[in-house]
Amino acid sequence: MNSLSVYLTVAAVLFSLGLFGVLMRRNLIGMLISIELMLNGANLNFMAFNRFLAPEPAVGQIMALFIMGIAAAEAAIGLSIILALFRRLRSINVERAQRLRG
Amino acid sequence: MSGSFVIDSLAHAVFWVVVGIVFAGAALAVFPRNIVYNVLGLILCLTGVAALFLYLGSFFLALMQLLIYVGAICIAIVFAIMLSRPLHLEVPKRRMPKLAAGIGAASIFFAAIGAVAWKTAWKPAAERGADWTITTIGHLLLTRYALVFEVISLVLLVAIIGAILTTGFSRRLSS
Repeated sequence: MNSLSVYLTVAAVLFSLGLFGVLMRRNLIGMLISIELMLNGANLNFMAFNRFLAPEPAVGQIMALFIMGIAAAEAAIGLSIILALFRRLRSINVERAQRLRG
Repeated sequence: MSGSFVIDSLAHAVFWVVVGIVFAGAALAVFPRNIVYNVLGLILCLTGVAALFLYLGSFFLALMQLLIYVGAICIAIVFAIMLSRPLHLEVPKRRMPKLAAGIGAASIFFAAIGAVAWKTAWKPAAERGADWTITTIGHLLLTRYALVFEVISLVLLVAIIGAILTTGFSRRLSS
């Protein structure tokens, strides 16, 4: 159970599911949820390498903390953009937000 | 002797249960079309990842995961769902070719990453410290990683101000 490859595989599954969600969902909140899944896959990778390979165990934890901070900022700004878009379009379908299409 | 064996096998079994919870939560977060199920699945998945952090030896990170992700981000998403009422709005289904393309892209990515993870002969570092304490993390955050710490704080501040401005201005414009 405690081998690096198992954790890496779990993280890869999380990231792939998130990628699939970002590609397939048209609900903006659903895409945001998928992005959180992808960030968690990256986080799990950092912690696994930190546990099994890294010379200093504190560094990987600090990187994971930074990713959590970035994720919090991304969620805040993303949700506020979604709310603003919803007020203008009355919809959270991404394909309705076409005004900037070139 | 037998006691430690029992505890080891129990930890082993619980590990796979936790992995199952993570996968089930991730599938629940991506596949259902009802957005409330997605958020509940995300909460389940993030809690499972926190348990995996416990297995990886970091109690602190597991707590932070619960606090930041489950406690803050998921609740913020629930608030956004409440404020935008997307449940009543139907989004049409994806057509089959696009679905197949998405599945193909995700599985190609997974195959590549999985091959890298399993084929590489990972070598641990020659000298590995055993310093897992929160005290060391705090020291490093305020000495070696002080600049990154400040930048993250700035990013969070800008994100908060930007969120307030975005929602506030859009309300003024639309009314």
